Amino acid sequence: MKKETVISVNNLGIQLGGRTILQNVDLEIHKGEFIAILGPNGSGKSTLLKLLLGLIKPSVGNISVLGKSPHRGNDAIGYAPQHRVLETELALRARDVVGFGFDGNKWGFGFPNKKREDLINKALKEVNALHLGNAPIGHLSGGEQQRMLIAQALITNPQILLLDEPLSNLDINNGQEIVSLLARLSREKKVTIMLVSHDINPLLPVVNRVLFMARGQSAIGTPDQVLTSATLSKLYDTHIEIVRALNRIFVVGAET
Amino acid sequence: MFALLHYQFIQNAFIAGSMVAVVAALIGYFLLTRGLTFAGHALSHIGFAGAAGALVVGVDPIFGLLAFTIAAGVGIGLLGKKLSERDITIGIIMTLMLGLGALFISLYSGYAERAYSILFGTILGISQTDVLVTAIFSVITLIGLGFIFRPLLFSSFDPEVAEARGIPVRALAVIFLVLVALTVSMSVQVVGVLLIFTLLVGPAATATRLVHQPVAAIILSVFLSLTYTWLGIFFAINGTWPVSFYIAALSFGVYLPVRLFSQKLHMPAGTDIHHVNHSHA
Repeated sequence: MKKETVISVNNLGIQLGGRTILQNVDLEIHKGEFIAILGPNGSGKSTLLKLLLGLIKPSVGNISVLGKSPHRGNDAIGYAPQHRVLETELALRARDVVGFGFDGNKWGFGFPNKKREDLINKALKEVNALHLGNAPIGHLSGGEQQRMLIAQALITNPQILLLDEPLSNLDINNGQEIVSLLARLSREKKVTIMLVSHDINPLLPVVNRVLFMARGQSAIGTPDQVLTSATLSKLYDTHIEIVRALNRIFVVGAET
Repeated sequence: MFALLHYQFIQNAFIAGSMVAVVAALIGYFLLTRGLTFAGHALSHIGFAGAAGALVVGVDPIFGLLAFTIAAGVGIGLLGKKLSERDITIGIIMTLMLGLGALFISLYSGYAERAYSILFGTILGISQTDVLVTAIFSVITLIGLGFIFRPLLFSSFDPEVAEARGIPVRALAVIFLVLVALTVSMSVQVVGVLLIFTLLVGPAATATRLVHQPVAAIILSVFLSLTYTWLGIFFAINGTWPVSFYIAALSFGVYLPVRLFSQKLHMPAGTDIHHVNHSHA
């Protein structure tokens, strides 16, 4: 099967405030791939997503997203940044939040129309949240809010989804639900997903490859290739053990 | 009692009051959504220094108001997005401006009523020209707000995604605060710098507690604002207390029960084990 490249990164490096965040990053991400991005805090995971979005520019190297250099306002990319708990005071319904993804970036007032409502309903259905559409966003649980942000990212029918810690606020059941939703998108709609996570375990059954980042370095490959004592010890520059127990993988010895 | 409506000065009061009420309610909704109520408060106080300064120099207070509030609005818009730091900076600038205002007032050798009217407004003493000026500012502000409506709402809610979607988030923040500055400046003659805050925050705060859809909240906010203003003027011309008092009292009198009784609606509905996080952190 010929693999279509959607994201390619060559010799990427970035310094922010005199500190090297990333260096020598090389990636080839294919259409429909589900990539988990792992690594300790401050290892540049969110920075990588921002580079792909064109929010910041690399110091060195090249990035190509769908054949072009990254630029803001790209409808082909859906993005959900690290989630913070939304305020209960906001006078916004869940469907208003989803609607931002459709026309929140357009000037003017914008009048309600059927096409917009249909798209919002379709996106809500996609994340199994049609019944929550009219609820005030601040009244939803963390998992429900997360689904709305994913629906917002999905409304433009993106080819790429960049999700920053979508699982961090969720309990196990809600997390599983999001993971299987995303797995279905990458499988059925060939959406390329890059998902930043603290924990590989909920993602192990569904990811194609893992990008592990630490100390400005990175390694990419299947979970079995990357999550090894040898690879991670080299990345962290200290001895790391991988412990497999209860069908789960634990990274031990790393200061995380 | 309705016979009074035939007087020109009362008609002027209703016309200018209505325009201020509508614009303040609209701008107020976004001030609340963006967590900028303190900035709105500060702008009105900074406006006081500008108006007092204009009196000392001998020009119309509106010019001092515009100069000071727009400069401050741009400055606040360019400040970082971190809320706590921003509010400290705003607070420090605001106190300096209040000090300057006090200085200007002491330097001003004219009538004390001029200074008093900046603070508390003189809605029953505004001229045809004032009405025209208010109308022009209202139209500018409404057109500006209408133009940036969707991106402003989006970036108020989620600046990071808005930026990724190509919205000039910083520029919008500055433009919005300039619109706040225009609103504060035009409102001063009606409710005064001390009470413009009432019309900016009161109606919008009540409305966002009652409805959860932006357009509905804005419409309700405008309705409340107009009601307070009309009743305030009506009570004032039939009584002896000032308009500002009535408007402030009405605004508070409606907000309080809404706040108390809408409390139960704001319990988190989710079943997440993390739902504790949703209460005010």
